[in-house]
Amino acid sequence: MKLKSALLGAAAAFALAPMAHAERGSDGEVKILYYQAVSTLNAYLSSGTKDVEAGSLVLEPLAGFDQDGNLYPRLVESIPTVENGGVAKDLTSITWKLKPGLLWSDGTPLTSADVKFSWEYCTADGGGCAQAAKYEGVKSIDTPDDLTVVVNFEAPKPYPYQPFTGGTAPILQKAQFEKCLGAAASTCTEQNSKPIGTGPFMVTDFKVNDVVTLAANPNYRDPAKPAFATVTLKGGGDALAAASAVMETGEFDYAWNTQINAEQQAQMAAGGKGKFVNAFGTLVERIEINMTDPSSALAEGERSTIKHPHPIFSDPKVRAALSMAIDRQALVDVGYGSAARPTCNLVPAPAFQASDNTGCLKQDIEGAKKLLDEAGWTDSDGDGIRDKDGKKLSILYQTSVSAVRQDFQALVKGWWNEIGVEVELKSIDPGVYFGGDAASPDTFQKFYADVEMYANNFDGTDAEPYMAQYLCNKIPGPDNQWQGENINRFCDPAYDALVKELSTTNGIEARGALVKKLNDMLTKDSNVVIPLADRGRFSAQSNALGGFVMNAWDAELWNAQDWYRVK
Amino acid sequence: MLTYTLRRLLTAIPTLLLISLVIFLLVDLAPGSPLSEIPLTVPPEVREKMMKALGADQPVMVRYVLWLKQFFWVEPQYLIDGWFGTDFAQGAQRIISWQSKVPAFQIIGERLPQTLTVVGTAYLVGILIALPIGIYSAYRQYSWFDQAGTFFAMAGFSVPTFFTGNVLIMIFAVKLGWFPTIYDTQLRVTDWASFYKMIMQMALPVTVLALFNAAEISRYTRSSVLENLNQDYVRTARAKGMGERTVLLKHVLRNSLIPVVTVIALGMPTVFGGAIVTENIFKINGIGAALIGAIHVSDLPLIQTITFIFAVLIVLFNLIADILYGILDPRIRYD
Repeated sequence: MKLKSALLGAAAAFALAPMAHAERGSDGEVKILYYQAVSTLNAYLSSGTKDVEAGSLVLEPLAGFDQDGNLYPRLVESIPTVENGGVAKDLTSITWKLKPGLLWSDGTPLTSADVKFSWEYCTADGGGCAQAAKYEGVKSIDTPDDLTVVVNFEAPKPYPYQPFTGGTAPILQKAQFEKCLGAAASTCTEQNSKPIGTGPFMVTDFKVNDVVTLAANPNYRDPAKPAFATVTLKGGGDALAAASAVMETGEFDYAWNTQINAEQQAQMAAGGKGKFVNAFGTLVERIEINMTDPSSALAEGERSTIKHPHPIFSDPKVRAALSMAIDRQALVDVGYGSAARPTCNLVPAPAFQASDNTGCLKQDIEGAKKLLDEAGWTDSDGDGIRDKDGKKLSILYQTSVSAVRQDFQALVKGWWNEIGVEVELKSIDPGVYFGGDAASPDTFQKFYADVEMYANNFDGTDAEPYMAQYLCNKIPGPDNQWQGENINRFCDPAYDALVKELSTTNGIEARGALVKKLNDMLTKDSNVVIPLADRGRFSAQSNALGGFVMNAWDAELWNAQDWYRVK
Repeated sequence: MLTYTLRRLLTAIPTLLLISLVIFLLVDLAPGSPLSEIPLTVPPEVREKMMKALGADQPVMVRYVLWLKQFFWVEPQYLIDGWFGTDFAQGAQRIISWQSKVPAFQIIGERLPQTLTVVGTAYLVGILIALPIGIYSAYRQYSWFDQAGTFFAMAGFSVPTFFTGNVLIMIFAVKLGWFPTIYDTQLRVTDWASFYKMIMQMALPVTVLALFNAAEISRYTRSSVLENLNQDYVRTARAKGMGERTVLLKHVLRNSLIPVVTVIALGMPTVFGGAIVTENIFKINGIGAALIGAIHVSDLPLIQTITFIFAVLIVLFNLIADILYGILDPRIRYD
């Protein structure tokens, strides 16, 4: 533990003050393992987090998020605010000033035209840009000179930092991608696999879903960085093998997303060649409660729609009882070890918008039983299952196939049985469950079950789009091909009004207070969402790798320019 | 023989077309979506646009015909262009993987070398182990060697590679640290040091696969040799006073190998197809790993292309096996 904290301290110190003796390319090769192999380095065409992560070694946004979730300038001089005049008083535009003298890795200068082009690229028709949400509400972009970018919004934007921030919205080189707009995007194989960037490394070879090799960018803005001359970014295998390659055999310096259970974590740690690093962001594993009736007795097209309120869960006491019966700490201990922590919040971080709601952390079986009694659900026939008006308290609980989720299901079922609720479990292939195919009855959007479990989070630190998912008009149903984000069909005019208020409120404190209120409305006040665990990022770092700082708000490789070899 | 071959080739065309349609429909009807790996933070409107950009919203028959055109018309043009530097294709739309936006044939080209090296070597080593074991087991039927060989074949055939593979990794890579656990596809053999590294990283996967292949082939060899040992011509040879060595290796072996050669030829497509399980365990990232990865993310164009190439290879090697049989055994002629 002492060594660990010493190393962490050293790492933190390194991140803050660049080491004087470091020299570009002096530390040889660093080997990174992503068990989900990298498919493309262009985040705009990415098919998953892994691609965004890998791309962040090469492509950079204007500003990134540090380990505390604060915006920090990467390609710009400073973060624009209303106070420093960078954000217009009426909140309809934001002006970014590029650092002078920045070069692409091919030696040409980075200009405001490249920034504007990146927006055009992602919003071009037929391009299928995966990050289009980052540019929502952008009306136009002006480039009065080579170093100034003015982003104009269609309406006042209290949070104007969505475009061009974080690993999901990097700047592409206009000269390279000019011919790849719209439908041509997917045919630009060379560009997508070897983008020219401003980041610390540049691609030397790219093998799809296998390995990416990179070399230090000779034109990187800090002449002393990066310390590593080359990067090998390998893919393949699974989380356990990835952890083993860093912690037991020492073949790799860093392995991404080594989510394994607590027992395996202890076994790997005994290998002695590395340590696990974690950081907590906003990814919350939760049970969502269906507010509509999923009964198969209803006609297709009426099941799980707002036409039929849920016969059991319309009573808030039943929902509260289900939440109270769960021992969240036990779930985390079994499933995630130090990779997660119990939570009662839908928005668990950053601190300014996280509610202080901890009431659910203590399991209360007796309290839950009492609530059900009060709600009129009693075990009248003595079979251990509560009933009311001849109807049994029996529910279907679905989730995706995953070792941890099936453990969670079994444990939760045990507690719910204890309070007299009959539970039927169902697990669905993740490709189907998360696939969103409107023809399939098993997608999480269709929600043909009483309760379901999955994890979700939001990009960056602004929770507004996330909270807006629970608006009445975002309920999935047959009329919108089941594509809404309001999964539990929650609908409360007071909630809608509050979200509207959030969309016009400026100032971090005021917005944080509103998010807290919205969070509480969904969780402790109504128990429509039952948060279980705040799942952190969890990766393995070799003892021979220095300068690594875990980050839950941006790409995990966000500070690769500061990495060095521990000798 | 020639007309027979031609006839077989011609009948293969409708068979392959039917196979391609069946594969396409199977993959398309299977549940799952190419967007299932996309984080939930991406809103539904954006997802819809992404599906559109992939062309996944088109009706299944339109996509099938497009794929046929790309596979049989566009891709060969690119192949010719690649060989002779011509420009027949003129930038026509290739078969592009939904997941990586890279042409499917480029992915196959990147994956084939490691699959051929590892699985091919394992097949070769497997044959080299299997033949002597099979022959000697038959010659000394029910001896301790035969019993041991039978045990070895049973064990090799019935213990799955995911088990032997993980056990070998656990013992020789993790505990003893002799071999690497992750296959380096970047490694080029240029000198003795890199050759040694190549041998080291191939050792475990080749062992696992060779064991599995050897088990099967040694059983075929054994039964084939056994059958021949009781033939009249063997008795004649012995009666004429030939040495056991000549009888076994010259007369019996030649005749016994005819069915074995066809079995080996029929197994060849698996060399190109890769070993899905073993490749994943040793992170070889060959064709098998590409296929299973594509299946996980419902990358239809890539699955379709790889499985169809498998189908072509299987049909092709069946034909080769038949022709070989005719060449090796003059009693069999197809005309």
